[in-house]
Amino acid sequence: MLAFTSLLAGLVFGFGLILSGMANPANVLGFLDLFGRWDPSLGLVMGGSVAVAGTAFFLARRRTVSLLGAVMKLPTARHIDRRLVIGSVLFGVGWGIAGFCPGPALVALGMGQGKAVVFVLAMLAGMGLFELLELQKHSSAQPAR
Amino acid sequence: MSTDWNNFTPWSALAGGALIGLAAALLLLLNGRIAGISGVLGGLLKPVSGDISWRVAFVLGLVGAPLVYGLFAGLPVPEINAGNTALIAAGLLVGVGTRYGSGCTSGHGVCGLSRLSPRSLVATACFMGAGFATVFVIRHFLTF
Repeated sequence: MLAFTSLLAGLVFGFGLILSGMANPANVLGFLDLFGRWDPSLGLVMGGSVAVAGTAFFLARRRTVSLLGAVMKLPTARHIDRRLVIGSVLFGVGWGIAGFCPGPALVALGMGQGKAVVFVLAMLAGMGLFELLELQKHSSAQPAR
Repeated sequence: MSTDWNNFTPWSALAGGALIGLAAALLLLLNGRIAGISGVLGGLLKPVSGDISWRVAFVLGLVGAPLVYGLFAGLPVPEINAGNTALIAAGLLVGVGTRYGSGCTSGHGVCGLSRLSPRSLVATACFMGAGFATVFVIRHFLTF
């Protein structure tokens, strides 16, 4: 059941990205081009999504289990540190280069776009690189025996 | 700076945004999970037993969305102008950056701002700022 509702959420998320135009990198870059011919559409996409999702988060604020009985797993981290800032800046630079963030890239992959395949493979390699670096950090943090 | 009214699509942007919000609401209220795509996908690279199927299902939903959407409406064709080298560099940066910064446009942007999380607000300001700066450099500085 949880896999089915998750599939449904993924589908609806994808429909939203397609309808809003955000699965198209040219539209995303049009928004990020603040100093050229600026297309404010993405701002409205964010506004519309936060209005709906914000209501849901408000309704769910005291729940410990979901409507289907799954444990609510919400982020607990609150600290603002170098990792958060540096990681987000690196992401923003990559976003600005191609106009792809993870969701729209997966949708464009489903559209059979060859360039999306290249981007998604590189993105997965980047995520894998992160896991390797974390693994190395944790093993070197162990006391020597 | 000028506004590009020809490409400005307020109603489809708002409606599409509302659907994205609905998807985040579904995953939260039914599954108790955050619809952060980099997190959902990244969690599959270090799989934990019992925590795999919902991630795979969500990713399949995203990738399958255009196939289902195309049955009911015309599918827009994405315009991807970046070359392969730029796509690879961008993909690597997005992959490492979203995992290191614990989120992307969906996790920090949509869900984080909806939760009024100061941490996500900082992250969103950082990636938006970096995105604006990068496009400025590429479009107005490197091309002369």
